[in-house]
Amino acid sequence: MIRRLYGPRGWAILGAGAFAAFVLFPVLNLAVPPDSAFHLSAFWVTLAGKIMCYAIVALALDLVWGYAGILSLGHGLFFALGGYAMGMYLMRQIGREGQYQSELPDFMVFLDWKELPWQWWGSEHFLWAMALVVLVPGLLAFVFGYFAFRSRVKGVYFSIITQALTFAAMLLFFRNNTGFGGNNGFTDFKRILGFSITSPETRMSLFVLTALILVSTLLLARWIVTSKLGRVLEAIRDAEPRAMFCGYDTVHYKLAIFTLSAVLCGIAGALYVPQVGIINPGEMSPANSIEIAIWVAVGGRGTLAGAILGAGLVNGAKSFFTVAFPEYWLFALGAIFILVTLFMPRGVLGLLQRK
Amino acid sequence: MKARDLPEVEVAHDTVLYLDGVTVSFDGFKALNNLSLLIDAGELRCVIGPNGAGKTTMMDVITGKTRPDEGKALFGQSTDLTRLSEAEIAHAGIGRKFQKPTIFEQLTVFENLELAMKADKQVRATLLAKLSSAEKDRIAATLEQIGLERASDDVAGLLSHGQKQWLEIGMLLMQEPKLLLLDEPVAGMSDQETERTAALFLSLAGTHSLVVVEHDMAFIETIARKVTVLHEGSVIAEGPMEQVKNDPRVIEVYLGR
Repeated sequence: MIRRLYGPRGWAILGAGAFAAFVLFPVLNLAVPPDSAFHLSAFWVTLAGKIMCYAIVALALDLVWGYAGILSLGHGLFFALGGYAMGMYLMRQIGREGQYQSELPDFMVFLDWKELPWQWWGSEHFLWAMALVVLVPGLLAFVFGYFAFRSRVKGVYFSIITQALTFAAMLLFFRNNTGFGGNNGFTDFKRILGFSITSPETRMSLFVLTALILVSTLLLARWIVTSKLGRVLEAIRDAEPRAMFCGYDTVHYKLAIFTLSAVLCGIAGALYVPQVGIINPGEMSPANSIEIAIWVAVGGRGTLAGAILGAGLVNGAKSFFTVAFPEYWLFALGAIFILVTLFMPRGVLGLLQRK
Repeated sequence: MKARDLPEVEVAHDTVLYLDGVTVSFDGFKALNNLSLLIDAGELRCVIGPNGAGKTTMMDVITGKTRPDEGKALFGQSTDLTRLSEAEIAHAGIGRKFQKPTIFEQLTVFENLELAMKADKQVRATLLAKLSSAEKDRIAATLEQIGLERASDDVAGLLSHGQKQWLEIGMLLMQEPKLLLLDEPVAGMSDQETERTAALFLSLAGTHSLVVVEHDMAFIETIARKVTVLHEGSVIAEGPMEQVKNDPRVIEVYLGR
């Protein structure tokens, strides 16, 4: 049980991380000339930004899994939906600079569509796109969670249904007539809020914004889990009937934390897409969502910090493996998961804390 | 209906719980068969019966876990238990101890009591909740009552079996219930612990109504004033312990074994 969350050392590490993200990265990337040995290339900025987006997702999953005991294996869907909402806006920002020089996104011209389908209404407005980033995952999680939790679907059954949900969504988004670019998804973005999306300054702004949101998410999650609400979530995880007979309507609690978690994933997805430059239905594949759970398990669930650590470690390893031994990555991932489950039930963080 | 909007249950009058003709069947098997039971305010009632007599199902009906097929379950004068959720019934003032001690194992003893304490239990109120000093005093008083004042900061999962039972009883008390349902409260307790539990129950009777389901006949004899015997989902005898013990039907189905 980690009540400390966090001691002086934890805050020091958080401070160091914030310093690196807000000062070190920008200075080394923008101010240090490219020919200097200290220059940080765009590759590293994008990689670190991407991993921070994953860390937000891992935090979101840790809230529902580590604390409330709800193992969602569909969090990749919420992430992708946030990404698609942002992607729609980015597609509209391309304007007439696409291959077909049309007001419509290229894939619509290719499909010989004459006007935007209804889903795209308002997508040229940044604020509307941001509202969708929050509302679409949030509403879906709320409605899905309402029926699942009210019917008392739990444990492995809940996990399986969430897998089915993300799989169904993936099949839906693969279809061209869903209106989101089919299997190619969205790519070739040019601008965001009028700024060139590939310029170093834009990239660094997105990076810093991601770091800011990651830190805020951590503080928000910490506030929740150290409050009485956090203890109620743990109570639901450990003995839900007792929590009900104590007078807690556990459906409300599970729904609240599940919805919040989905919204956080949506925000992470919206930060991810402009940095990586592509979103496609592959993000909704069931395996992606399972990977999120692995990040949390590796880091140590129910600790928050472990989720961030796990996302960093696994994705760091993934970046290395997919370059060095691309065909072995899935084996390595499986091995990591088995080793962690067998020998580190409390994850890497649990191992560190024992010392 | 929001739990906090429920009217205060009036128990100043005689009856705190009234079951009338309650029938529950699972796939044709009648777990409860036209069961009727009346508990007075401040009463300590013991319910005994062989395995499968319907004791736990009866508790499930009272706490909203199982809905009866037929019959009425009233709390106080007018609260219809068959229409409320578990959480609403808890708010109305019925506390339940399970057969197997169910506490929040990963939380400390103090936190277990904190969560059980009567309060606004909506999500938002819980997020913003702060412990007042009066509330801390209440938790301290309950810790003393259940003899766990030294274990306040211990993780509940590490308590002994008897201590877990007490903690669960303490959690019920924190809810300030009018009616306590206790399913085998002394199972797995040492003689000394059982004795202390008996004393605790006797001190609670009068201000609370208690329904105790128990197999331990020695324990029943120390606390019992009025005993109800269940068999195959119905009441077959009811009265003072001496009278029930000598009832030929009771001897046949239960005590004689």
